[in-house]
Amino acid sequence: MAVSVNEAVSPGPVRDHPPPARRRSGRGRTVLEVALLTVLAVVMLFPVLWMIETSIKENRDVYAVPAKFFDFKVTLDHYRDVFVASGGGRSTLSVSFLNSVIVAGVSTVLATVLGVPAAWAYSRFAVRAKKDQLFFILSTRFMPPVVVVIPIFLMYRQVGLIDNALGLILIYTAFNVPFTIWMMKGFVDEVPAEYEDAAMLDGYTRLQAFRKFTLPLLVPGIAATAVFALIFSWNEFVFAIFLTSSDDVRTAPPAIAGLIGGTTVDWGLVAASSVVFALPVLVFAYLVRKHLVAGVTLGAVRR
Amino acid sequence: MAGIEVTALHKRYPDGTVAVEHVDLSIADGELFVMLGPSGCGKTTTLRAIAGLERQTTGDIRIGATLVNELPPAERDIAMVFQFYALYPHLRTRDNLAFPLRAEGLPKAEVRERVDEAARLMRLAPLLNRRPRQLSGGEQQRVALARALVRRPRAFLMDEPLTNLDAELRADMRTEIKHLQGELGTTMVYVTHDQVEAMSLGHRIAILNKGRVEQIGTPLEVYDRPASLFCAAFIGSPPMNLIEVEVADGNLCGQGGLTLTAPPGLPRDRRLVAGVRPEALEVAEPGAEHSVPARVVSAEWLGDEIIYVVDHGGRRDVRVRMPSTVRFAADAKVGLRHSGGAPAVYDVGTEELVA
Repeated sequence: MAVSVNEAVSPGPVRDHPPPARRRSGRGRTVLEVALLTVLAVVMLFPVLWMIETSIKENRDVYAVPAKFFDFKVTLDHYRDVFVASGGGRSTLSVSFLNSVIVAGVSTVLATVLGVPAAWAYSRFAVRAKKDQLFFILSTRFMPPVVVVIPIFLMYRQVGLIDNALGLILIYTAFNVPFTIWMMKGFVDEVPAEYEDAAMLDGYTRLQAFRKFTLPLLVPGIAATAVFALIFSWNEFVFAIFLTSSDDVRTAPPAIAGLIGGTTVDWGLVAASSVVFALPVLVFAYLVRKHLVAGVTLGAVRR
Repeated sequence: MAGIEVTALHKRYPDGTVAVEHVDLSIADGELFVMLGPSGCGKTTTLRAIAGLERQTTGDIRIGATLVNELPPAERDIAMVFQFYALYPHLRTRDNLAFPLRAEGLPKAEVRERVDEAARLMRLAPLLNRRPRQLSGGEQQRVALARALVRRPRAFLMDEPLTNLDAELRADMRTEIKHLQGELGTTMVYVTHDQVEAMSLGHRIAILNKGRVEQIGTPLEVYDRPASLFCAAFIGSPPMNLIEVEVADGNLCGQGGLTLTAPPGLPRDRRLVAGVRPEALEVAEPGAEHSVPARVVSAEWLGDEIIYVVDHGGRRDVRVRMPSTVRFAADAKVGLRHSGGAPAVYDVGTEELVA
């Protein structure tokens, strides 16, 4: 059977109405449910809403007591400050954002380029001690990354990778490759090996068969995996703050954190830069949400 | 077209699993040769080694006069049909069929001609513009067969091609494959775990177990005289009754007193097992001539016949095939007797046929 991973996503017929039994249990319950969910939503979304509000308030409204929820003047000054330095030209924050894009982007591409073929190999070939190798690969993710920050710092100092974008790219790639291999192996397992066998009988080499027939079927899986890797690299804070120091190299998370801690804190700028920081991942995740679900639910149902 | 010669094939994977211990096969030109065995017996690995999809650890494979050990799959001039069809999902039927020919670089006119011919042979004309996902399982398998045909290969390799079809379709396709092979006269190696498929298709059958060939023979030979206890227990549905016997007065005696005709040339000093087909036994009224007492455990009524499971000589699983006119209820006391000729006899130690 031809398996396209998209099929794994379709949730089947969606029920428009709750089942009758549920409905009969009364309006009271529905009201309670809605009330409870509303409370939860408010509690969970309030910080986000407050961040967005703060980012568009003038500074004196930010500090106003009692706090102004609705009645304030909207300004986009903070957003301008995120990108433009006070004296004109590019701000240090915008440099950090650019660094984040480069570091997260390159490390994700590297992890994918290294991880996908590895996953294919682990899925297709009888490798000596395959299970042990896969376990070893996974085990590198067992400990919290912060544990190895000091050793990495010392090693990087020896080889001159401190305060260097390449250093961050390498460490993020190292953390993402195991994840990529494990997640992609699941996807490759789902694509029948017979496509490659048939292609090889038709005159292709093994690698050509992989590239021409298996790879196109893996695209949704690669998208899902890459998004997870991208989110990890984009959000990573610990290594970024330990291994970088200059404004030229620093990525956005430590740069935003660095805004706090002076004599006065420009909360509007903090909020605006946080919004700018959160948006790309949100948008990206929304665009590939279908594939993300495929990635999460893959293997849950056996064919 | 060509015969296939497999000599001392051995396949060991890097992780230490031995898939094929030792296999010798000599497949004649134009033969429909079936490899039959339980899963994990090495039949598929052997087939994939012939195709070149696996590289054997040691041993030689010849297709025709060519030693193909070092040749990649595409240069072996063979075509393979897979269990999951492996039709390219993004190509229409027509292009799926043309694909191997275009890969070979044949001129357009010839590609078209060969595709049309294969489509006619497999009656695919109405399906030529569909994609695999728009085809039913049976249609996909027909396209897969046609894709093997267009290459006009020296041999067809079939890897459980009917396993994913439902029973009715499977029977139809079986007939179709057999007919097709006879028509084309191309050598075909067919792997299956389904003995009905093996018996009905094969000119000869090789029974494999644990990476070794247990027996090679025509369907009749394999059915009548299984070469080992494994074959005896594997072939036939229900399989042979394996009854421990002793030689006494020129006859074979089972534990409950059941007497069987002894074949000539039996060794005296070894423990023996007789393989008795269910149809070589009879249940009769208790006390019937030459019968021994037994009790019916259950009766499986199959329409045209009844399989009686009877309790006799300390075993509760002696199976007897009777016409559906002979009726006994469960738990009834009956007489059991042997009605066939001399059974196949095996040595308990070596598990091989001794007479």
